[in-house]
Amino acid sequence: MSLQYVGLKEINGPLVVLDKVQGVSFDEIVEIRLDSGETRTGRIVEIEGERAVIQVFEGTEGLSLKNTKTRLTGHTMQIPLSPQILGRIFSGAGRPIDNLGEIHATEFADVNGKPINPVSRVYPRNYIQTGISSIDCLATLIRGQKLPIFSGSGMSHNKLAVQIVKQAKIGDGEDFCIVFAAMGVQNDVADYFKRSFEEAGVMSNVVMYLNLASDPIVERIMTPRCALTAAEFLAYELGKHVLVIMTDMTSYCEAVREFSSSKGEIPARKGFPGYLYSDLASLYERAGIIKGKNASVTQIPILTMPNDDITHPVPDLTGYITEGQIVLDRGLDNQGIFPPVSVLPSLSRLMKDGIGAEYTREDHSAVSNQLFACYAQVQDARSLASVIGEEELSDTDKKILVFGREFEKRFLNQGEDGGRTIDETLNLAWELLSILPRQALDRIDNKLVDQYYRPEVFEAFNKENG
Amino acid sequence: MNTIYSINGPVVKVRDTKDFSMGEMVYVGQKRLMGEVIIVNDAATTIQVYEETSGLRPGEPVIGTGSPISVTLGPGIISNIYDGVQRPLGKIEEQEGAFIGSGVEIPSLDPDREWDVTVTAKPGEQVSPGQIIATCPETSRIEHRVMVPPHLGGTVLTAAESGPHRVEDVLITVKDERGATHEVKMCQKWPIRTPRPTKTRLPISQPLITGQRVIDTMFPIAKGGTAAVPGGFGTGKTMTQHQIAKWCDADIIIYIGCGERGNEMTQVLEEFGSLIDPKTGRPLTDRTVLIANTSNMPVAAREASIYTGITLAEYYRDMGYHVAIMADSTSRWAEALREISGRLEEMPAEEGFPAYLPSRIATFYERAGYMVNLNDSEGSISIIGAVSPQGGDLSEPVTQNTKRFVRCFWALDKSLAYARHYPAINWTTSYSEYLDDLAGWYNAHLGERFLRYRGRMAQILQEESQLLEIVKLIGADVLPDDQKLIIEVAKLVRTGFLQQNAFHKEDTYVPLEKQLEMMRTIWYLYKKALIVVNERQIPVATIAGSGLFDKINKMKYDIENDRLDKFDSLRQEIDSTLAAMN
Repeated sequence: MSLQYVGLKEINGPLVVLDKVQGVSFDEIVEIRLDSGETRTGRIVEIEGERAVIQVFEGTEGLSLKNTKTRLTGHTMQIPLSPQILGRIFSGAGRPIDNLGEIHATEFADVNGKPINPVSRVYPRNYIQTGISSIDCLATLIRGQKLPIFSGSGMSHNKLAVQIVKQAKIGDGEDFCIVFAAMGVQNDVADYFKRSFEEAGVMSNVVMYLNLASDPIVERIMTPRCALTAAEFLAYELGKHVLVIMTDMTSYCEAVREFSSSKGEIPARKGFPGYLYSDLASLYERAGIIKGKNASVTQIPILTMPNDDITHPVPDLTGYITEGQIVLDRGLDNQGIFPPVSVLPSLSRLMKDGIGAEYTREDHSAVSNQLFACYAQVQDARSLASVIGEEELSDTDKKILVFGREFEKRFLNQGEDGGRTIDETLNLAWELLSILPRQALDRIDNKLVDQYYRPEVFEAFNKENG
Repeated sequence: MNTIYSINGPVVKVRDTKDFSMGEMVYVGQKRLMGEVIIVNDAATTIQVYEETSGLRPGEPVIGTGSPISVTLGPGIISNIYDGVQRPLGKIEEQEGAFIGSGVEIPSLDPDREWDVTVTAKPGEQVSPGQIIATCPETSRIEHRVMVPPHLGGTVLTAAESGPHRVEDVLITVKDERGATHEVKMCQKWPIRTPRPTKTRLPISQPLITGQRVIDTMFPIAKGGTAAVPGGFGTGKTMTQHQIAKWCDADIIIYIGCGERGNEMTQVLEEFGSLIDPKTGRPLTDRTVLIANTSNMPVAAREASIYTGITLAEYYRDMGYHVAIMADSTSRWAEALREISGRLEEMPAEEGFPAYLPSRIATFYERAGYMVNLNDSEGSISIIGAVSPQGGDLSEPVTQNTKRFVRCFWALDKSLAYARHYPAINWTTSYSEYLDDLAGWYNAHLGERFLRYRGRMAQILQEESQLLEIVKLIGADVLPDDQKLIIEVAKLVRTGFLQQNAFHKEDTYVPLEKQLEMMRTIWYLYKKALIVVNERQIPVATIAGSGLFDKINKMKYDIENDRLDKFDSLRQEIDSTLAAMN
């Protein structure tokens, strides 16, 4: 029989203060019962002597200093887990909201998780073919990686995420599933994902945690934690390969900021709290592979860069934690190129060890390096052309411009259905590189150039363009 | 008994007590979480806890240990992997499984392992602080030297026999001048925030050779020097540090993963275990200590990890070794300071960082240096600290304050990284103040021409950046041919020389002699081509069309590190190709 505390001492935004409490522990979950019979959940975020500060997940609307009874549960935030969670939809705080009844939990797990011991990790090397040339060739996705999509409002990041899910050859013969966490997204976005999962026929392998734009922000802070706890359960207890899609991390961070400022904490950059890095790391670092288990947690967080600014704290801190990023470009998007992957800032840190003869093809790393180098020259040539006009450019620069156009038109742009195998992607890359003279390929070993360079393409292009 | 009064994240307070001293290590709560006293006043003692505080309650006990937070120094440190407060992660895995729990108490050094010790001290002998009294092979390439602790000296009363010993065994007993007897064990403790004493600091005179051309040639770092590697995400900070850790000619590497990615630490573990050092034929782990406090591990331990690392380094320096520390990343450490400072409600200075940030950064980097140790051996600590500036903006407080205390600055550049020019060290914004200090060494070992060629390469790059300003406005076609040649040759310096492929067998490490030959060949090409252009009026485009530049560009791959004679024939080829032009 646990004690109930009647009334509150103070209410401030999502926080309430309880006085004269005994035996309360840090991070503990409390239940707040209103006189109306409604129950809300809260978490202890600070204790000073007998005074405890509680964060209320559902918001403090309707609470008064005397209409509540608060009960301590004696444990930290937990969610029910069982193999039956697949195919189900939960609220951001882990309650079923699909009218299919409660979960018969086989276990309860703490949503905060525990850090993986670096010694117990396996370095991820197994590449995932997404069928998207720009990703497969230039920023390869690796199983167990955390690879975010940096996008902006109005761009096609959701479409890209869905396409990755549809085409990713993650499930070949192996047990795979998807955990989807929506934080502060609009209703239609959540619907779009749901519909797409159904169309792809994978809905029975999806768990969704939804916190929509109108839902309380404190719950939003718990949403990715619930989702990742479910993902860890599915991976390490049930032996599945789990792909976690989290959208939109910017809304999540804004929720953290709102919560922090209501606690009166000292802000760091743009009002975000100083611990935002650690907070994000406690989510992203839950991706990985553990020794001795045939299972993995791969994360694709999606975030919208406010004002398309990559130096904004949210993309900035995310980029420092994740293993690369796929950046979308508004210019390409406006030209109708899909997926509008901005080549130069996109990067996969794990790719160097997951490609090459053993995994993809021996020329992969050199080809991607060369494409990056050439495309960087395209940008230089374009900025020069915008000053002096294309006519005045040197022949080399003109050639580079042709390469740039073809590269965007044929390599980047591949439409919504049309997965390419890695061989197709690399062959296409060689075809495009062969527009340039042989000497221009300064990042590739001569042997590989001999093997793959296509002089006939070079000749044909030369004839065409005089 | 002292009990917890308040809890706020990693900060715990105890009220009305005078029992704790500043910096003391304490155990907090029933789970005995590790913590450190950071503020003492008559109202309350404030403790930062190195572990997750979830589940902690007011009223739980806080127990002092009477000593400041320390590391245990003895054989078994090398090739180990520790968390930020020197707990062995391998043993934690055995005990806890794949996830790290809280309240784990495991000795830093394996107490049961026996070492083959040769005791050199004899009864009756006088020993002084820091003197080596015994040795044992720690790994295949590191001999561990057991020393008298820094504040002890006197007459040896008894000495143990040589043979197998454990770390807690007493090797000698010493009677000091006041007549008190002290036991000297194979291991000793040292507080992490106190630098270990030395006799004197020597002037910088030797380079730390890394085999990375842009570093060794353009912006060298010295043994005992300090360097900062700032760069936004994706510019290759970690890669640069990995390359230096793999190839530099230090005896021991301490790699501190401070608030960084877990997978990266795993990579270091796997890669260093399988990589064989060409110089000794032994795996790289035999000289490496890893300190892994990844970004999702408790933030207070992240703050401590930097000090843990440098204290281990000082211990090996005292034995007479050259130690290099990679700290990746010092920004995360600064952020840990900021986070704790925020919880303490201290008055923030710039961007929320505490006002003591510069002094903390300074005390860390000042622990580097080339020293004469107490036992008259010479050793050094070089620090290479990565800085992760927010938004890639180098004007932020951590970068700026670091810049004031390091003498070597390798600025990583986003646009170079975008073009996959690695290492993306920008040659116009980077600098090394060690160049003058090291000139003597370079001249003695490689001849004066090494620095002469270096100056020429730098000059070509400088001229190129001026010419590019013009090209940006009016295009390259209008430049006279001798200036076009500068642009072509500068491109060669950039892609053929500065850019280095860490994944290429020959190119990942390049000895200084080859670096010299490469510069010499580029300069040779420039001189000869200039004559051809000026005197024979042959356009640069013709020379470029001959494939000569391409050939020189790939000399880094084509000429093996041990076949430097091939450079002669390459230069002959330059002559003959140019002569055949018309």
